Amino acid sequence: MNAPTPNSFRTQPDERGHFGQFGGRYVAETLMPLILDLEAEYGRAKADPAFQTEFDDLLEHYVGRPSPLYFAPRLTEALGGAQVWFKRDELNHTGAHKINNCIGQILLAIRMGKTRIIAETGAGQHGVATATVCARFGLPCVIYMGATDVARQAPNVFRMKLLGAEVIPVQAGARTLKDAMNEALRDWVANVHDTFYIIGTAAGPHPYPELVRDFQSVIGREARAQMLARTGRLPDVLVAAIGGGSNAIGLFHPFLDDPSVRMLGVEAAGHGLDKDHAASLAGGRPGILHGNKTYLLQDADGQIIEGHSISAGLDYPGIGPEHAWLKEVGRVDYTSVTDDEALDAFQLLCRTEGIIPALEPAHAIAEVQKLAPTLPKDTIILANLCGRGDKDIFTVADHLGVTL
Amino acid sequence: MSARLAAAFGKGHPALVCFVTAGDPTPDATPAILDALVAGGADVVELGMPFTDPMADGPAIQAANLRALGAGTTTAQILAIAAGFRARHPAVPLVLMGYANPMTIRGGDWFAAQASAAGVDGVICVDIPPEEDGELGPALRARGISLIRLATPTTDAARFPAVLDGSSGFLYYVSVAGITGKQSAALTSIETAVARFKQTTDLPIAVGFGVRTAEQAGPIARVADGVVVGSALVDLVAQHGADAAGPVRALVADLAQAVHSARSIAA
Repeated sequence: MNAPTPNSFRTQPDERGHFGQFGGRYVAETLMPLILDLEAEYGRAKADPAFQTEFDDLLEHYVGRPSPLYFAPRLTEALGGAQVWFKRDELNHTGAHKINNCIGQILLAIRMGKTRIIAETGAGQHGVATATVCARFGLPCVIYMGATDVARQAPNVFRMKLLGAEVIPVQAGARTLKDAMNEALRDWVANVHDTFYIIGTAAGPHPYPELVRDFQSVIGREARAQMLARTGRLPDVLVAAIGGGSNAIGLFHPFLDDPSVRMLGVEAAGHGLDKDHAASLAGGRPGILHGNKTYLLQDADGQIIEGHSISAGLDYPGIGPEHAWLKEVGRVDYTSVTDDEALDAFQLLCRTEGIIPALEPAHAIAEVQKLAPTLPKDTIILANLCGRGDKDIFTVADHLGVTL
Repeated sequence: MSARLAAAFGKGHPALVCFVTAGDPTPDATPAILDALVAGGADVVELGMPFTDPMADGPAIQAANLRALGAGTTTAQILAIAAGFRARHPAVPLVLMGYANPMTIRGGDWFAAQASAAGVDGVICVDIPPEEDGELGPALRARGISLIRLATPTTDAARFPAVLDGSSGFLYYVSVAGITGKQSAALTSIETAVARFKQTTDLPIAVGFGVRTAEQAGPIARVADGVVVGSALVDLVAQHGADAAGPVRALVADLAQAVHSARSIAA
């Protein structure tokens, strides 16, 4: 389908929460009044300078923003083409971009008078970030995590518990992120009167995709200003990994109306697009799950197929609805890299720049590895280094055949 | 709206609405279980369409969904089960209940046409609120199939007209804010809610979520037009598998006796 090119790519969603045909509010009736309240409260918060001031203050003094914009000289040299730059969101407090969104959402929860926080988590990064802000603001916190992920992400489970959160292992389905999200929705529908659900990515029912994007857009706003200050120009290509897509939309959104800036979202191709993978745009079709219409991995009857990626943070069979729209209108290109390519890129960044990336941005780096040699040396590629790799060293060791 | 649904709520006594999941434990076993619902005295039959991610359901119906999908149940088989039911029971209303994605993946028009051809009277879609009615509502209404909406304890007076708009058949009152099969609501809160909704609508109101026994169903039937029982029946299917028809019929008969006679006893 060829959607008409809009005058601006930055005015979505519409008043009903739709990004073109995607997005929306596909939730049980019990949740609708709360979803509408949240939309209204977010509208008031956006118009309230005090809200923005508190958000900015916490990002500066608690999270450690702005994160650096870093030119990677040895990686650039090794790849022999375009300049490679990184937005260093792995240096944030808690080690990933997830905290930006959690700060924003907990401030909304407090504005709404909610006294209990729930969240889902896959790899545990969003769970840790949520537990962190709950500790900071003194609210009880329940994290739903698939039992499979609990077993393979033990350090993050312990971090969440240290931060005072209750971690509930979910035994349903494949016991991963999708099932954790189902269980969080079940909790929410039963505790809607006092509970705020901090969704971790730019997906779910409206207004979540919009508000998560807005909170994460600090990444792109900073990067745009930093790049202009350092080089006097905009980057030529942005690259970011995509699971649900919050780090990518956070980087991309402030650049969407800069026509010279090309954007590349990188999905997880797992064992390969013809085998098990988590590339919803490459291998899925539009459907409805977890409150929104978007591209989903599914069979002919609309039953959801489990995603697979070496990265637990990309291991989800859907994608945020704004990415589905940006794909259809052609503003952003989407590609994918395999587990093996991500592992290679992970090691390359360790050795060339002294940075251990998370396996999620390792997918973006793998795409940079392919792209940079094909471009002239005066071209600027900016990739989002959205998380650090401490959590992944056990997974990587396992794949490299190393026993720790 | 469906004449069969209207008749089911016009019998002069409250209606018993019974839910089981299609394909649980296998597609071949479902027709006999549906026949047992009718034989036991169910006035309306709800046939659940299994989904991989039943996020509004508690453990009992989650497990039923997984059993059905594990047995390879397809949408085509569910529609065939519905058509077979219609052929065997020409007068008993049949409602499909499930989640948006399996219902809309081939388009709302496709689903409405297939459901109509199978003799389905109504559709309940858990995760399409009035705000997203365009996905399915217009197609169902064009085929004369009732779109049955859910009202919940969080549905206030300001929102209720939106829930009613475009709905028909009956109103399904979810008596607890939560998932299926868990806790049950206090009778007084159900009575208050039903009375509140009755001020605005003439649709029959059936009350469900957490109703498991004749002892619970009877008192609810005194204050509502119908009572919905699901998880308790699904638990029997879990327990007895392909031999569930007998126990299911016995529980339904028990429930039907309590529901059908509720007002004559109470009055």
